[in-house]
Amino acid sequence: MAKDTSDTENGLRSPLRRKLLMGMAGLPALAMMPRPTFAAAPTSAVNTTGLAVTDTEVTVGILHSATGTMAISETGTIQAEKLAIAQINEMGGVLGRKIKIIQEDGASDWPTFAEKAKKLLVNDHCAAVMGCWTSASRKAALPVFEQYNGLLYYPTFYEGLEQSKNVIYTGQEATQQILASLDWVSKEKGAKSFFMIGSDYIWPRTSNKIARKHIENVLKGTVVGEEYYPLGHTQFNSVINKIKLKKPDVIFADVVGGSNVAFYKQLKAAGIDLSKQTLLTISVTEDEIDGIGGDNIAGAYSCMKYFQSLKNPNNEKFVAAFKKMWGEKTVLGDVTQAGYLGPFLWKMAVEKAGSFDVDKVVAASPGIEFKEAPEGYVKVHENHHLWSKTRVAKALPTGQFEVVYESPELIEPNPFPKGYQ
Amino acid sequence: MFGDYSLADLSSIFVMQGFAGLILFSVYVLMALGLAIIFGQMGVINMAHGEFMILGAYVTYLCSTFFQEHLPALFSAYFFVAMALAFLASGALGMLVEWALIRHLYKRPLDTLLATWGLSLILQQAYRSIIGPREVGVELPTWMMGSIPVTDSIEVQINGLFVIAVTTVITLGVAVLIYRSRFGAQIRAVMSNRSMAGAVGIDTEKVDRYTFGLGCGIAGIAGSAFTMIGSTGPTSGQLYIVDTFLIVVFGGAASLLGTIASAFSISQTQSTLEFFLSGSMAKVLTLLAVVAILMLRPQGLFTLKVRR
Repeated sequence: MAKDTSDTENGLRSPLRRKLLMGMAGLPALAMMPRPTFAAAPTSAVNTTGLAVTDTEVTVGILHSATGTMAISETGTIQAEKLAIAQINEMGGVLGRKIKIIQEDGASDWPTFAEKAKKLLVNDHCAAVMGCWTSASRKAALPVFEQYNGLLYYPTFYEGLEQSKNVIYTGQEATQQILASLDWVSKEKGAKSFFMIGSDYIWPRTSNKIARKHIENVLKGTVVGEEYYPLGHTQFNSVINKIKLKKPDVIFADVVGGSNVAFYKQLKAAGIDLSKQTLLTISVTEDEIDGIGGDNIAGAYSCMKYFQSLKNPNNEKFVAAFKKMWGEKTVLGDVTQAGYLGPFLWKMAVEKAGSFDVDKVVAASPGIEFKEAPEGYVKVHENHHLWSKTRVAKALPTGQFEVVYESPELIEPNPFPKGYQ
Repeated sequence: MFGDYSLADLSSIFVMQGFAGLILFSVYVLMALGLAIIFGQMGVINMAHGEFMILGAYVTYLCSTFFQEHLPALFSAYFFVAMALAFLASGALGMLVEWALIRHLYKRPLDTLLATWGLSLILQQAYRSIIGPREVGVELPTWMMGSIPVTDSIEVQINGLFVIAVTTVITLGVAVLIYRSRFGAQIRAVMSNRSMAGAVGIDTEKVDRYTFGLGCGIAGIAGSAFTMIGSTGPTSGQLYIVDTFLIVVFGGAASLLGTIASAFSISQTQSTLEFFLSGSMAKVLTLLAVVAILMLRPQGLFTLKVRR
């Protein structure tokens, strides 16, 4: 069309006629446009970097493990992200464009995450990607997002020590999750001695390091044991005997996956009564209790930012919508809720920026507030993490949690905590 | 580390620690028994052994939900029914697999490794598609929960006792079957010389099929027993397969007694080390010890004297 206008420019001298004709040249294109976009800004203006944005649609990727070991945990997150996107589409989409999902399977295999991230960014030109769960998968995909300037919304609570221009972290980093709950257990239960037990990989080790510093330097307590077991370990009888011998005030647990189930079953079988022995965990959500069995873990305390049982109107709406879409029997855990935040935070940042361009969305993100968040209220910090509250809740035999403590203020995210490294 | 504790405290902890080792020993024997038959007796490297165990675990899970919903009166006894069904289901699947896959590969034992590896992937995905990716836990009848206080400070876990009892019964059963029955004699004959066994009138194909089925069936029972300890997911079987092969190889592939001895030494080493060191270090030291011993005795702890 550019060529046509330059031809008319030569032939027609009158500026008015030229304008009219140019306008008429645009008419067919106008007629081809589907109706809803009349309200929306032209695509060329909101997308200057070649993302997959048309006049009616914008493509967003979902990158989680639908198969493999991690499918257990990531399925709920996928469901929450799809629910959020469906709700956004019902509300009219983002900048007048409906979200189209391209879902890829990371298959619980970290290199696959990098490969699929590249596919979503390079082939599909996704405007944003909701994805990754384990730290290992995020670390694998991160260089891809940085190289191709993509945008990742990462939902899991994690060990911190990371901040990327291309990632928005919707879960809590370690200090947000751990410190407030340790303060609580020290004040409420008068706890002085702690026994730490975790699975042997980066997240439990980093989290315990932070917890140990806080216990020793701030709370003036002692750590009487720190033990790690390989992922998937199912024999905890020896360590349980050790715990019995040391008699700690608090067992601080970050065991993950199938090991969790074995650990709590054996604790119970060994006669450790969690109503008398305080146990604080940072790795058990409603999803895990599904496998552990409510009876086996009843009485334990979990610290998270979200529990399904939270009583506020946002959460009641969220839980009802989730169950309507995915079935009455589903349970919702902390990461499921954090996954739900991603699409909304992205929508608000895009609308604040008035553009899908990643640089502009990233620049607009800090300060974004999401008042309808099921966990209450969240706000994006300069460091791309969320301000959020931390809650401690007691596990009930039904598999749900009863919140016993909530931090009075929003806790500032601090991915590089001084004095804790 | 023991300075602050009284003698009574210490002795009770040692008793409980011994019991913990005994539970681990039973678990190992149960895991390895099926594989000892398949790998030890038949020479088939069955990488899908863990998946046969998981089938047993899923059968137990389905049984527990069925009894809860339809026969709550009999719930306290469901575990025995579940174990029998687990044996039948895993055994039947094992015989089917032998017929469809394994019997074509007896002359190429290394290829059984690849074929059964593929089979394990297929089974994992099948569990994931049919039952779902989430891990499931089994509701235990109340009599199997908790522990019996022997003295004030010594408590014995009931499900631990149950595992020990099941292991004893199954091991004795297998020993009688293989060393005292006519079928056992046939199995051993086929394994030591297939063509000669055929020549004296043993139906080798049938013996192969039943042997493989038996090994898989025992794996099913092991899986069923494990629901008391851990949870069941599509890939849980992978957790057990390494330990299982380790025990069978360390014990000397063709020897039942070797399997038991190796399970005993590995479990005791591991649980004692776990008590004094950290969990990961205990595993490392145990594996190092096994490697060192296998370097000195590549044939394993016990071997049968056979003419090659």
